[in-house]
Amino acid sequence: MGMTLAEKIISGKIGREPAPGEIVVLPIDAAMAHDGTAPLMIKSFEEMGAKSVWDKQKAIFVIDHISPSSNEGTSVLHKMMRDFARRHGITLYDVGSGICHQLLPEKGYVFPGGVVVGADSHTCTHGAFAAFSTGIGSTDMAAVFASGKLWFKVPETLRVNITGQFRKNVMSKDAILFAIGEIGADGATYKAVEFTGDSVVGMTMDSRMTMTNMAIEMGGKTGLIASDAKTRQFLKGRTRACFVELEADRDAPYSDELEIEAAKLEPMLSCPHQVDNVKPVSDMEGKEVDQVFIGSCTNGRVEDLRIAAKVLAGKRVKARTIVMPASREVLLDCLREGIVEDLVRAGCALGVPGCGPCVGGHHGIPSNGEVVISTTNRNFRGRMGNAESDVYLASPLTAAHSALNGKFTVPGGI
Amino acid sequence: MRTIKGKVWKFGNDISTDLIIPGKYKFKTIDFNELARHAMEGADPNFASRVSKGDIIVAGTNFGCGSSREQAPVVIKHSGVSAVVAKSFARIFYRNAFNVGLPVIECPEVVDSIREGEEVEISLADGKITAGGKSYAFRPIPPFLMTILEDGGLVEHFKKRGGFVWEGR
Repeated sequence: MGMTLAEKIISGKIGREPAPGEIVVLPIDAAMAHDGTAPLMIKSFEEMGAKSVWDKQKAIFVIDHISPSSNEGTSVLHKMMRDFARRHGITLYDVGSGICHQLLPEKGYVFPGGVVVGADSHTCTHGAFAAFSTGIGSTDMAAVFASGKLWFKVPETLRVNITGQFRKNVMSKDAILFAIGEIGADGATYKAVEFTGDSVVGMTMDSRMTMTNMAIEMGGKTGLIASDAKTRQFLKGRTRACFVELEADRDAPYSDELEIEAAKLEPMLSCPHQVDNVKPVSDMEGKEVDQVFIGSCTNGRVEDLRIAAKVLAGKRVKARTIVMPASREVLLDCLREGIVEDLVRAGCALGVPGCGPCVGGHHGIPSNGEVVISTTNRNFRGRMGNAESDVYLASPLTAAHSALNGKFTVPGGI
Repeated sequence: MRTIKGKVWKFGNDISTDLIIPGKYKFKTIDFNELARHAMEGADPNFASRVSKGDIIVAGTNFGCGSSREQAPVVIKHSGVSAVVAKSFARIFYRNAFNVGLPVIECPEVVDSIREGEEVEISLADGKITAGGKSYAFRPIPPFLMTILEDGGLVEHFKKRGGFVWEGR
């Protein structure tokens, strides 16, 4: 019997074929905590009495969630991280560097066959590079910082197979929202989600990362995509790791499969207050929108901002629109391409690279009764900081067209 | 630890970590008692002021979905809750709960028959929940997680044993 992509990566680490449901202990190639989870990780690490970090090159801190700090309490926690990083000699990406899930691949921590853990649920993003990558809590992270290893239950795999051409106004975000609507918020709990098919092969790395980023929204342990020339191209000059191309075997056993015909997809929305409450944008066309957010680890990359800029260039937004590049590198690329100028001239507010309003701490908390279209990954009640607001998740293309009209708008083609 | 008895608070499906402890609080402090004042605030704003020591949360599917914040099981534990029983849990919450020493039990059969305010008894060792005079079996907690739980969470476990239970594997 062949192996799924998740099983292949695990077998590369343990030197034999793993069985789904089995508990295995894996060595960790990269371990990351951010300002929402690192303080508690530090507390656990110190209470354990751990003396040193297992590998200074593989442990990473990122200040991205409330960045720069908006209040004294957060500033104290940020300082705690900086002090720990200095004391233990680990790398800390400070204010303005960007979002952890953009930084890890950019800075070369992620590679095919690697095992990545992050104290953040969207760590599943890195599966776009054929790495086994999953979110854990702070105390699990303290155990990793101390020992460099962690236990995992070998997951079964749910396959999402997407074939054919997308329509001109459909992005990978629409495909993943559709898949979540079909599978449900807990349909993939404990499972790896593997995205396959010629539509996925045809996607850019930016688009692939949008898909794997949201695997957790169907409960998935990780999202995975086979590596290829595009993966290698992205990682060139970034990682020093040696790796081979990785894909699932043809006869790999999948516990479930979802087939999607790309040509049938239309622009989608995830409606309040559950990510799996998915409807076509056309159902809501004309509804007024107060705030639009384009950014986050889901859709804050160059491709996303480029698409928004194409829609908005030379025009003026009618809804309050906040744009945040996912990283400093993304911001610099967008500056060079003129994307930033187009967006700013169109009336968008440009923020510091980071998580921004996605987690509801600062940088755009909606008011009571306000309606938000956001390119982020969660719309739980209160997620953006106000339980009395309604958050709809959409693609950057839908978000930009809706910002332009001040109303929910089915986008035209790119 | 092995037998838990308490009064039930009932919640529905998909109780996310944003409902258990809104993000706006967790970025400001790691003082658990301060955070526990907001436990379950998004799902029931009165919960933190009314919960009594030993109470048990009973919920539907996908409890603890969403972010990886360990503050979620921490605030539940620090609010006085002795265990969470649900039809199913999100996996990161499930791991985190054991790591902070909060017993969590997956038992889909029992949830619908339990009423708010009812007394239930949980035997972790036997894998049994007793409610309304009836007994329900659940799949026992894996032994190595039981060890972590009995040690009082992963920090206490490491302090006590100088290593992690899974390292010998």
